[in-house]
Amino acid sequence: MKRITLSATCLMASVGLVSAAEVAPENVEYDEYGAVAVSLSGTAGDAAAGRVVVSTKSQGNCVSCHAISELAEEVPFHGEVGPPLDGVADRWGEAEIRGIVANAKITYDGTIMPSFYKTTGYIRPGDAYTGKAATTDTLPPLLTSQQIEDVVAYLMTLKEE
Amino acid sequence: MKLKSLKTVTSSIAMLALGAGIASADEDAALIINGETEMVVRTEAPAHLENMDEIRSGWTFRSAETQALQMDDFDNPGMIFVDQAIDTWNQVSGSEEKSCASCHEGPESMKGLRTQMPKWNEAAGEVWTTEMYINDCRENRMGADKWGWNAKDMVNMTALIALQSRGMPMNVAIDGPAQATWEQGKEMYYTRYGQLELSCANCHEDNYDNLIRADHLSQGQINGFPAYRLKNAKLNSIHARFKGCVRDTRAETFKEGSPEFIALELYVASRANGLSSEGPSVRN
Ligand code: HEC
Ligand code: HEC
Repeated sequence: MKRITLSATCLMASVGLVSAAEVAPENVEYDEYGAVAVSLSGTAGDAAAGRVVVSTKSQGNCVSCHAISELAEEVPFHGEVGPPLDGVADRWGEAEIRGIVANAKITYDGTIMPSFYKTTGYIRPGDAYTGKAATTDTLPPLLTSQQIEDVVAYLMTLKEE
Repeated sequence: MKLKSLKTVTSSIAMLALGAGIASADEDAALIINGETEMVVRTEAPAHLENMDEIRSGWTFRSAETQALQMDDFDNPGMIFVDQAIDTWNQVSGSEEKSCASCHEGPESMKGLRTQMPKWNEAAGEVWTTEMYINDCRENRMGADKWGWNAKDMVNMTALIALQSRGMPMNVAIDGPAQATWEQGKEMYYTRYGQLELSCANCHEDNYDNLIRADHLSQGQINGFPAYRLKNAKLNSIHARFKGCVRDTRAETFKEGSPEFIALELYVASRANGLSSEGPSVRN
């Protein structure tokens, strides 16, 4: 039953694709709790791709701070800085999760969690991990809109109930 | 004799590689070096530290294997570099044909210095680190070239000087003329730099004892510096460590020896007031 609702939503999202273009980082609309209702890429997320983003160091590297049991065997050394993400889809809906991944600081004021879909407002922004100054005024966001949608799709599979 | 100690070192490192880096440490272990010098590795936080009750040496966060390397000078790979620095100490260099020994006699004349570093230099009207005092001697008393902040001779010499204060409590002055610099360093400690927007405090105050990926976060104390790191198999300066941590926030770093890092060094050093000076320590 749940599954049917889910694919119906996905279908709607992909139908929307023609008109709904990518939402640029500066145009994302967060509600007062930090949730984002609209897909950032306009294309449905791919949970399998999101699983890779979450566990890859040069991408989301979410496991550096969050433990995810389901990944433990393939990807060693999960962090303890943030809460474990097991069952995260039981605690939050898709819009909330999208908002947290895009810019967690709106949901959690002052959180240590980096903002993954943001391009300005940094102190001494660098050129990735080179230690040199950034070469442009706006930085590429840490994750692309599609990577975020993929991560959201993956997190939505983390259910325990 | 020297050869033998080197062999012990290599075999201990090999052991370590096998025993996977993060085997969790015995939190209550005591650090007694060579079976005789007991170090203070945990103590009450200094009064100026508002958010923590206890300060702990980085040693307490390391695996039992890494900890063991610092418990005996024959196993501590940093001691090889101290030996090299003793040679340099006695070596005449520069137009004045002097060595460190010409003015200071033995290295033991440096006893206690490391615990106060960095400190206000009245003549210069600014806070100076050990490196700056060393280069002042080289340039103005020996007529020799300055050493680079991370040059081998420089880092080795800071290890020799640190060793003279081993076991003495860190006791950096934060008031009087140094206060403004200390405030600047404190401000930096809580600034969230880079695209990851992380401050020193985010990792080393809010999250010490937590794993960040495979790294067991310590309090980021500098009482153990210079530190021999198994990762790069050499002694590392305080500013090199700062640089690495700032770089990891996807920020533009500050330079070694910059006024900013000198201020940060003063502040971070003061957070360890009460812990024993451990340099050269061993870290991963
Ligand atoms: C530097 C640490 C860090 C990184 C990296 C990080 N997070 Fe977080 N995250 C946190 C913290 C801490 C919290 C808890 C919020 C708070 O109290 O500040 C959190 C909260 C969350 C939550 C809500 C969890 C719940 O159960 O309520 C989600 C979802 C989440 N993070 C997803 C991610 C994803 C996906 C990534 C990578 C793309 C990521 N995080 C990367 C630190 C991090
Ligand atoms: C993203 C997390 C992070 C941030 C931010 C960070 N560090 Fe670190 N730092 C680490 C890790 C990981 C290590 C290695 C493990 C340890 O000793 O904590 C480390 C180690 C250190 C050490 C070595 C401690 C020892 O005993 O050998 C010092 C000193 C240090 N950091 C200072 C700083 C300062 C100063 C800042 C801010 C300019 C800072 N760090 C910011 C993650 C961080």
